[in-house]
Amino acid sequence: MSLARRIIPCLDVDGGRVVKGVNFVGLRDAGDPAALAARYNAEGADELVVLDIAASRDYRPTFLETIRRVAAELAIPLTAGGGIRSVEDARSVLRAGADKITLNTAAVARPELISETSLEFGAQAVVLAIDVKRVEDEWMVIVRGGREPANREAVAWAKQGVERGAGEILVTSMGQDGMQTGFDAALTVAISSAVSVPVIASGGAKLPAHFAEIFTNGRADAALAASIFHDSVQSIRELKHFLSARGILVRLPC
Amino acid sequence: MKITLLDYGAGNVASVERALQRLGAQSQRTTTPECIANAQALLLPGVGHFETLMRALDDRKLRAPLLDAIRRGVPFLGICLGLQALYAASDEAPGLSGLQLLPGRVRALPSVVKLPHMGWNRLLAKRKSVLLEGVDADAFFYFAHTYAATDASQETVSACNYGTEFVAVLEKDNICAVQFHPEKSGEAGAQVLRNFLRLCA
Repeated sequence: MSLARRIIPCLDVDGGRVVKGVNFVGLRDAGDPAALAARYNAEGADELVVLDIAASRDYRPTFLETIRRVAAELAIPLTAGGGIRSVEDARSVLRAGADKITLNTAAVARPELISETSLEFGAQAVVLAIDVKRVEDEWMVIVRGGREPANREAVAWAKQGVERGAGEILVTSMGQDGMQTGFDAALTVAISSAVSVPVIASGGAKLPAHFAEIFTNGRADAALAASIFHDSVQSIRELKHFLSARGILVRLPC
Repeated sequence: MKITLLDYGAGNVASVERALQRLGAQSQRTTTPECIANAQALLLPGVGHFETLMRALDDRKLRAPLLDAIRRGVPFLGICLGLQALYAASDEAPGLSGLQLLPGRVRALPSVVKLPHMGWNRLLAKRKSVLLEGVDADAFFYFAHTYAATDASQETVSACNYGTEFVAVLEKDNICAVQFHPEKSGEAGAQVLRNFLRLCA
């Protein structure tokens, strides 16, 4: 088996700019999405994710334009999401140049959206994004950009999403997000063991060792991070060499 | 030389177009039988469902001109679903016939592995390849699929192993096809497209 573990930088965008924050709040500007995309493409990123965090507001044309600009810079797959509520929303995002879409809040509100988009575009194009918060001893789903509990347990929701046709699960630990204390390996392994599709771990990464841990103990197929890459705290190239030296199969940039 | 891209509504034509542009190649999209009949080189991109592709080809009356062109020797490159379409049939849509240019069936990859097969994988060389000229033997390519051509044949120039061995690159006369996405596979993918363009020149 020679499937490489993937490193995926994520651009959270708002009105055409990349923003970042801690625990989904306290946002500040982090640059131009197309410029960052070009840099990550050259540095050996395996995919790129672009999320419209202003999705609830009236920013769609701006977001579609951002997808076009970002896609033009990439020779790697692009996933885009935030605010996708219908097959037609998904189509316009894919038409703008994304290869996959992420579904989150709208899928919780109406799980049929997963099957509808999966039938239309194929399971490989549908990523179910799940934001998770630990509540007592349960992992609970949070929606609306981290603001609202969904009264669903995360592992059960991931399983249901896959049954409905999601081809990948992007699981973000809200407790860890922006804290830079490491991914939530227990959460990731729980979801990865429960579903038959690839799992992308997100939230909390800072050190190369955090990535090594999520690929081994966390059984993640891919790991996503944002600010550590934007700030050049961590270069993707060096991260991949670190992982490779520890026996984790990655695609080394030339 | 202009590459004619079959745009049947579902494929990710735009990303293939961009990849060709980056290499300085000209391309045009088509949905008409006439354009296919006059094409100098054909590219069938593909993501999605086997049924969507075959029905789109039939609804737009593209199947016959496509087969004619390929039989006339027009260079052809199939990507992902565009590779699978060359076979007789696919278990993804059992009642429908494929282009039947190659014998054998497309089948689901075994569920002993996580599906879809999504991500960067390496190839197993079977014989000398034109498409892979100048590509490192251990290069990674981006795959995103659940079904695959598992009946290896003499057309197979490279296989990939994920749960089972399947056709990753095939070459037969003017027919070339790849299961991965060269337009999404960084520099290695660009080299594959460059090699195809060279074949067309």
